[in-house]
Amino acid sequence: MTYKGKFIVKIFKVSTLVIFLNISFSSCSKQSTPVASSIQDQILYLSNGTEPQGLDPHIVTGVPEHKILLSLLEGLVVSHPEGKGYLPGVAEKWKISDDGKEYIFYLNKEAKWSNGDKVTAEDFVYSWKRILLPTTAAQYAYMLFVLDNAEDFNKGKIKDFSKVGVKALNEHTLKVNLKNSTPYFLSLLVHYSTWPVHKTTIERFGKIDSRGTAWTRPGNFVGNGPYVLEEWKLNDVIIVKKNPHYWDKETASIKEIRFFASDNETSEDLRYRSGQLHYLNTIKVTKIQSYKESHPNEIRIEPYYGTYYYRINVTKKELQDKRIRQALSYAINRKEIVETVSRGEQIPAFSFTPPDPVNFYPSTKIKFNPTKAKELLRDAGFSEEKEFPKIEILYNTSESHQKIAEAIQAMWKENLGIEVELVNVDWKTYLERQKNLDFFISRAGWIGDYPDPNSFLDMMLSGGGNNQTGWSNFEYDSLIRKAAEANSVEERNKFFDQAEHILIDELPLIPIYTYTRVYMLHPYVKGWHPTILDTHPYQFLSLEP
Amino acid sequence: MVGLIFNRLLVAIPVLLAVITITFLMIHSAPGGPFDYDRVVSSEVMQQLNQKYNLDAPLYEQYFDYLVNLAKGDLGPSFRYPGRTVSEMIFSGLPITFELAFYSITFATFLGICFGSVAALRRNTWLDYLPMTISMAGICIPSIVLGPLLSLVFGIWLGWLPVSGWIEGIPESKILPVITLGTAYAAYCARLSRGGMLEVLGQDYIRTARAKGLSEFRVVVFHALRGGLIPVVSFLGPAIAGLLAGSFVVETIFNIPGLGRFYVQAAFNRDYTMILGTTIFFSFLIIIFNLLADIVGAAMDPRVREGNSK
Repeated sequence: MTYKGKFIVKIFKVSTLVIFLNISFSSCSKQSTPVASSIQDQILYLSNGTEPQGLDPHIVTGVPEHKILLSLLEGLVVSHPEGKGYLPGVAEKWKISDDGKEYIFYLNKEAKWSNGDKVTAEDFVYSWKRILLPTTAAQYAYMLFVLDNAEDFNKGKIKDFSKVGVKALNEHTLKVNLKNSTPYFLSLLVHYSTWPVHKTTIERFGKIDSRGTAWTRPGNFVGNGPYVLEEWKLNDVIIVKKNPHYWDKETASIKEIRFFASDNETSEDLRYRSGQLHYLNTIKVTKIQSYKESHPNEIRIEPYYGTYYYRINVTKKELQDKRIRQALSYAINRKEIVETVSRGEQIPAFSFTPPDPVNFYPSTKIKFNPTKAKELLRDAGFSEEKEFPKIEILYNTSESHQKIAEAIQAMWKENLGIEVELVNVDWKTYLERQKNLDFFISRAGWIGDYPDPNSFLDMMLSGGGNNQTGWSNFEYDSLIRKAAEANSVEERNKFFDQAEHILIDELPLIPIYTYTRVYMLHPYVKGWHPTILDTHPYQFLSLEP
Repeated sequence: MVGLIFNRLLVAIPVLLAVITITFLMIHSAPGGPFDYDRVVSSEVMQQLNQKYNLDAPLYEQYFDYLVNLAKGDLGPSFRYPGRTVSEMIFSGLPITFELAFYSITFATFLGICFGSVAALRRNTWLDYLPMTISMAGICIPSIVLGPLLSLVFGIWLGWLPVSGWIEGIPESKILPVITLGTAYAAYCARLSRGGMLEVLGQDYIRTARAKGLSEFRVVVFHALRGGLIPVVSFLGPAIAGLLAGSFVVETIFNIPGLGRFYVQAAFNRDYTMILGTTIFFSFLIIIFNLLADIVGAAMDPRVREGNSK
């Protein structure tokens, strides 16, 4: 070795060795994971999708928000943990009038806010006024439109809230008057938009209709749910702790829940596998099969109240003829899509409303029939001589949407000989193009707000904001109206079924499959049952080995 | 030197204005708005929202209002997160991004300079080829590949390190993100310092230093390194700025609640004020770090120093 740099090289060699040994020895021990110690400290670790927009139940609109609010607030009733109807929440019992239009709720005298104040009937009147006030600009105000005069109040047609169908008869009795008999009314009450807020707290930080005040911050938030807000680190974690004032605190055994915000599937997956989470919110399609083999006790695949479908813009001349829409539908092999593309045990769709054996099971059928598809296309005037013009499928950036679109593109090419171009755009562009009917066919998904066919079928009313197909049908509209006014559940379901038949015949939308929820749950978590809206009230969960 | 700083800061004002104007026009011309959701908002609600956030005013009015508020130091409210101000969100993510960038750049410069210097001193031996091959690989492997790979090996298979989060009190949680973010920069530093050192080691003053009988340690550390590292220093300014602005990939991979993630989410959410706020903030950082690199470079290089004083 020459004299040059002998010393430096020696230092370099030694220090490299030291660093290497240091890293190896210091971290050589396997770390105890949060999940491993969760039985002892009773902390539940959940991945919760994107950072919640906020925690004001009358302002926010998403699923991550719902999952956190479920721990912080409670409505008049709560969802049964096994999805078998509704259990008492703030209301310990309720009475429904014979015509189904009047509900009297008797509130639990033990129901308290997290600061010790009593939860009163007046709190509900205040809260429902808050969400219905036009100036609150609440997106979910329509959830309460089933109340007498609520829609008119929200649209500014009447100014006097006392005309709206909700009244506090006394401190612990609430009377609700509905426009029509609404068999799903109780299911609306487990939606966070109908949950109460604490008047004094709201008004300490702003007015009744103020958006985005500091009342939802840790230290300020006063709720009536089984947990209270302890800490909120933006884009990281929200921590809630057991509420000592909760009326049913004996049932809630878990001491603390941590909701982690994440917008990356891979990172969430690694987090779950390294023992940092009890619950993995989503699983990549490509991993479903391998998890079924490697973690059969942890992977959960359960029915979910949602439909994956393709919207058709019926105002485009290429798609105006219903025979063409039917041809497109007949040419899709849904079974193949769910088995080889989406791979999450989804159910090939035969209706727009997801089949629910408890509430409503549509009698429609959608078949895969390439011969019939070709015939229909020929009847509509297209054949080898006169080719069908090129159309597009619009979808928002996502690997799974892309794969489904590619499969459908191939099926239409093979079975109908038509060319389809795939157009991939970002989420907001996709929303705007749908809103402006600037598409031929666009992928869509709809999850019911409440477990009732109305949550799907009223969407396709003429001119409805979420219709977004340009389709309107007088008979369909009148059936939905009749269903709303129906006197019995049977009669109501009959109208819905007829409406469903019109939809499947006209096909302003092509249903592809009924969703399933595919997620991972650690075996320590007990009391977590499949429910159609994926709601799991935390007071009924426990952590046991 | 003071003149240099003053001039550069003066030039920064029109640059920032141009950035604001272009960003403002671009976000408003992008399709979709902050209040477009998959459940369509009724026209009444949309009207109320636009009114509350001043989006119903003509565009030029919104632009001037924004500039006036900005001059007062107000970056406005976030459109996506009701009740959060843009400044609040920037300052919630900033310390974490800074910390991540600081550790990464320290790791990168230390490792890079060591590798580079040794490679230069041992030119054309395995001590030159090996680090340079590794550094080429470091430049080539993007963090989006390196991150999950490291997590898989050290987090899942070996179970030594946490795979995500940036947890106070658990320093191990910071190891993988820092290595992931720093590796490419370490590789650049290694190549730059090798080049710089090679050039300097052939200079007359090094020969003079050796002829004076100085120890090899003094020659390398006090004489050669100082000149040899100038390329590294001038690279560091833009590197730190790039590291801060580009940290979002690593922040996403490791679920770190830093500023980079807010930046990207804001763009997808069409959170106008948040996009503008973070863009302005990052532009400002880039200007400042470039200026700092120039100042430090000038202080280290007698040629520049003298050139300025003339």
